[in-house]
Amino acid sequence: MNQQQKVRLHSTMLRIRLIEEAIAMEYSKGEMRCPVHLSVGQELLPSLVSLVVTDKDLAVSTHRSHAHYLAKGGSLEKFMAELFGKATGCSKGRGGSMHLIDLDVNFMGSTAIVGNSIPVGVGLGYGAKLNGDGAVVLIYLGDGAVEEGAFYESVNFAVVRKIPAVFLCENNNFSVYSHITERQPLDRRIYSMAAGLGVTSKYLDSSDPDKSLSELQDIIESTRSSQTPAFIEMDTFRFLEHCGPAEDDHLDYRDSRYIDDAKSKDPLAMLELELMSDYQDWEKTSSKIRTEIETEIQKAFDFARNSPYPDPSLENPSAYAGARI
Amino acid sequence: MTQRTYTMAVNMALHLAMEKDNKLVAFGLGINDPKRIFGTTSGLVEKFGHDRVFDTPTSENTMTGVQVGLALAGIPSVVTHQRLDFFLLAMDQLVNSAAKWHFMFGSQQPIPITIRLIVGKGWGQGPTHSQALHAWFSHIPGLKVIAPSNPKDAKEMTLAAIADPNPVLILEHRWLHNSLGEFDDSYSPGELGKAVSLSQGKDVTVVSSSFLTAKLLGLNSAIKDFGLNMNLIDLRSYAPIDWETIFTSVRRTGRLAVFDYGHNTGSIAGEIIAKVTENCFSSLKDAPIRFAVKDLPEGTSFGYTRDLYFKDEEMVHAIFKAAGKKLDRDFELTPVTPHDVPSEDFKGPF
Repeated sequence: MNQQQKVRLHSTMLRIRLIEEAIAMEYSKGEMRCPVHLSVGQELLPSLVSLVVTDKDLAVSTHRSHAHYLAKGGSLEKFMAELFGKATGCSKGRGGSMHLIDLDVNFMGSTAIVGNSIPVGVGLGYGAKLNGDGAVVLIYLGDGAVEEGAFYESVNFAVVRKIPAVFLCENNNFSVYSHITERQPLDRRIYSMAAGLGVTSKYLDSSDPDKSLSELQDIIESTRSSQTPAFIEMDTFRFLEHCGPAEDDHLDYRDSRYIDDAKSKDPLAMLELELMSDYQDWEKTSSKIRTEIETEIQKAFDFARNSPYPDPSLENPSAYAGARI
Repeated sequence: MTQRTYTMAVNMALHLAMEKDNKLVAFGLGINDPKRIFGTTSGLVEKFGHDRVFDTPTSENTMTGVQVGLALAGIPSVVTHQRLDFFLLAMDQLVNSAAKWHFMFGSQQPIPITIRLIVGKGWGQGPTHSQALHAWFSHIPGLKVIAPSNPKDAKEMTLAAIADPNPVLILEHRWLHNSLGEFDDSYSPGELGKAVSLSQGKDVTVVSSSFLTAKLLGLNSAIKDFGLNMNLIDLRSYAPIDWETIFTSVRRTGRLAVFDYGHNTGSIAGEIIAKVTENCFSSLKDAPIRFAVKDLPEGTSFGYTRDLYFKDEEMVHAIFKAAGKKLDRDFELTPVTPHDVPSEDFKGPF
């Protein structure tokens, strides 16, 4: 990774972190009246992906999709307005935090049911193949989703029909409060199991972003050129509670050594340290970046607060397309 | 015009739709196999190729999600399930994706997908090969649910479903596949959501659909001979329902019988009676009658189906009861024997 890439990676991760922390900070005011699954701690994979893919590449995601949406370039103002339930939101306030979309950057939708967006992503990938536009589809999922039937069906179909899809599995070890060892056998790794389905599969180490980036580059380019699917697993750590703005470690569902260890390896903090020692005048650059992000966040909150709620009596929405839009 | 089968009508609709829209794809388990879904998908892969017409893994849920994804990529699709019951594995993608996507993401993208569901009956189809769940599907906002009752409708409504910007489920009753009727070869999509009056009698409104409409049409002349004129309405669409046609008829007749090949509780027949009661209460001269399938899984044995399948005499008596008349003579209709086939030439295993 060259220094320019490193700075970009850092900015993308920091921006996600600051946005999520701002949401956590403001949440108790009761203006964001929907569940939020924050991405604090899980910024690395989507930020690395953003260094590799182009706007024409497509993405779908899960309930914990803020980082994916933002790293793909989704509009921050429309995102914030969506959390506030406003008519100017990316889904007009109909979806909330778990249903994000920005067609301008081909972020095609995140959905709330575990495993739900995987088949949709595969369909988009088949569409990209039929349309011949050279796009790759990024399908974000978590370690819980590989326990859903839809995952196996989708990987199988992608392999059989040679679909340019990259399955990106962020393994944070927990399905809500249930540890992976309660859900999957101890001696089985997700990426090895995926390989058994006939898909190119790689494990990326979150403590080595450099190597991860180059492997990611290879995999995505090979998916694009060979029009065959790939699977990626990266370990990650969710800093905050499963759903909501707070920490929940007082519930004692995660081992304290595990928490301390993961926090000491926070990829954003590690990258910050690296840049501090390598990058000339880092403190000045860093504080400029931070200020810019904070200004942008403030603007997004203002936009969301000042936007109107949807008014169904004016809008007269229909469940059907074609009737009324 | 020559008489052709319902199967040929569906097949023609698929050919015409694929010619009309070169983006349309067709898939489903077995659509390219030697039997071609009872002949309904014959000739498609030969004409349109394997990219557009393909057999799939046995993965109903994912293949429904793939339809949604293709729709988002601007590619409409028509998928066939040989039995509706297998499609129950696809409820997440149907209910949480297909039905919701357009609304949930702010009406930005339509989901033009068509899903053909074949409803089995007879010849021991049993508890999990014979379910008619149109009431279930119709409960979900965002889905359109239709059931053509004759070859012409099968062609025109299948074309309309494929052209529609929404998820449309087509229930094809297996016993209609061999039924005969006239239709032309033109691309002529019908209008979805419209019921049709098949006889203009003023004594009683009879609402029915799919195979039961065909059955009631067959009984119409006998009923007339017995001195009763029914306004037989073929529902055609369960979601949305053409309330105006039903209300107008009930306001004229004041009497209603609804026939449904789904189970009684929570049925479309129940919904129709509820809405008519809410909207036409003062026109009603008597309690409406609901004639639906017993709330019991279908037993496979010939012995079980004997009690579960509608008998012509029972249907006629129900219509007379709704009309406030008593059929004062014994009658014998030409019995279809045995009861678990639509005609003598209908043989198993399917």
